[in-house]
Amino acid sequence: MNPFSFTGTALRSRIDSAGFVVDLLVRTVTSLPYLGRRRRFALDMAFNAGVRALPVTMIVAAFAGAILAMQTGIELRRFGDTGVLGTITALSMCREMGPFITGVILAATVGSSMAAEVGTMKVSDEISALEVMSVDPVNYLVLPRVVALAIMCPTLTALSNLVGIFGGSIIAQQNLGVSQSRFWMSAQDALTSSAMLLPKELYVGLFKALIFGIAISVVSCAAGLRATGGALGVGLAVQTAVRNSVLLIIVLGFIVTWFFYFLE
Amino acid sequence: MIELRDVTKRLGTRQILEGMTFAVPKGMNYVLMGPSGTGKSVTLRHVIGILKPDQGSVQVDGQEVPAMDREQLMALRRRMGYLFQNGALINWLSVEQNVALPLEEHSKLGKGEVRDRVHEVLRMVGLQQAAEQFPPSISGGMKLRAGLARALVTQPEYVLYDEPNAGLDPIISHQIHQLIAEVRDRLGVTGLLVTHSRACATECGDRIGIIEKGKIAIEGTVEEMIASDHPLAKAFLGGGSD
Repeated sequence: MNPFSFTGTALRSRIDSAGFVVDLLVRTVTSLPYLGRRRRFALDMAFNAGVRALPVTMIVAAFAGAILAMQTGIELRRFGDTGVLGTITALSMCREMGPFITGVILAATVGSSMAAEVGTMKVSDEISALEVMSVDPVNYLVLPRVVALAIMCPTLTALSNLVGIFGGSIIAQQNLGVSQSRFWMSAQDALTSSAMLLPKELYVGLFKALIFGIAISVVSCAAGLRATGGALGVGLAVQTAVRNSVLLIIVLGFIVTWFFYFLE
Repeated sequence: MIELRDVTKRLGTRQILEGMTFAVPKGMNYVLMGPSGTGKSVTLRHVIGILKPDQGSVQVDGQEVPAMDREQLMALRRRMGYLFQNGALINWLSVEQNVALPLEEHSKLGKGEVRDRVHEVLRMVGLQQAAEQFPPSISGGMKLRAGLARALVTQPEYVLYDEPNAGLDPIISHQIHQLIAEVRDRLGVTGLLVTHSRACATECGDRIGIIEKGKIAIEGTVEEMIASDHPLAKAFLGGGSD
């Protein structure tokens, strides 16, 4: 195949996919007036997403906090400054690690199942059936899923932050000789230094989680809605959903951090 | 009346429809037959506006379907029912909820009225016992009958049937054919059917059109088609077919 033609085709397909995702996001936002009607379905989905992702998220968050405390503690001990371990663990978890861990786990567990559900509906004509009944698949299927993850991603992130700091505190006490009270005092000082009701370190992290939740659900539903060709197509949709979600989590995470901490 | 004139459609590299022309008068069941991959289901999807033709005209009651905006298309679809090959029921809704879906989305009926209407059509298709069951736990024939109930619950003027007996045994197929004929006779619904089955075509059809190379090659009443010497008519409607 001609390399120019191959590159052009591949590029066009990527632009098509990106355009579809943006269009789906816009259509989802314009469907918000239907939210009252889909409220129960959205809450069911949020509950299911939370239950499905909670155990894994908590385990990963606890170990991530522990590893963070361990790695920074090793270096801080050389300088005799382990007292700031609580500050470092709390800030890292709340600003970056908590939303990132939660986003990746939600993409792998909930995003993949969203792509599979919607993709299976697409290849078995259920989406066409909705269309011929004049039921808009965006407000019937996509809107409740987006709202569900927009609720659950920040909620799970808040829990991840707490569990991650707790995991760090255990390591700080057991391996680095930092008492629980000193660790938590240091963490509290770091998070409340701005004297705001909701400190910047917390709200930026939760805002990131909100953006991640919306991105994961829209990307996953878009992958499902573009599925073709039976089981193979559904498998590809799941793969696309998880890959694009993780990519977006990294890129959007960078953009949000840059926006809040470097664009002032 | 449904009317297609000189419709052409290319999907990917394949020319599917090439000058498709036919008309379905009100109150009649028109049967589209033809080999697999000749564009029968594609034709149905043009009528309900899921696909747009590359060229040609698709009209329902004199209104040009491809030219309709979203609102007009939704209004048209509310006057139409569509029976998919496998019923295309929503898996997480029970049979009753599936059938109630179009009413809950569009009608201003109260819950009790919706329930009464749903049970009326479920009784008509013989599924009142399965109202609480979910699609994965019912047979293919029951799924089709539930799909038919969903297509009929809004009291449409037109119903499009996409292979209504695909994969069914002869006894269940016969029941489905009787239902389709009953829908036409009792409710005055105009039908456009796609099928490979001789039994389906002769038991529910008023007119039959056979597709070859993207257009109608031969057309006529059921009796004319059975008596025809055309090779396609013999292949699809001859004694050994089905």
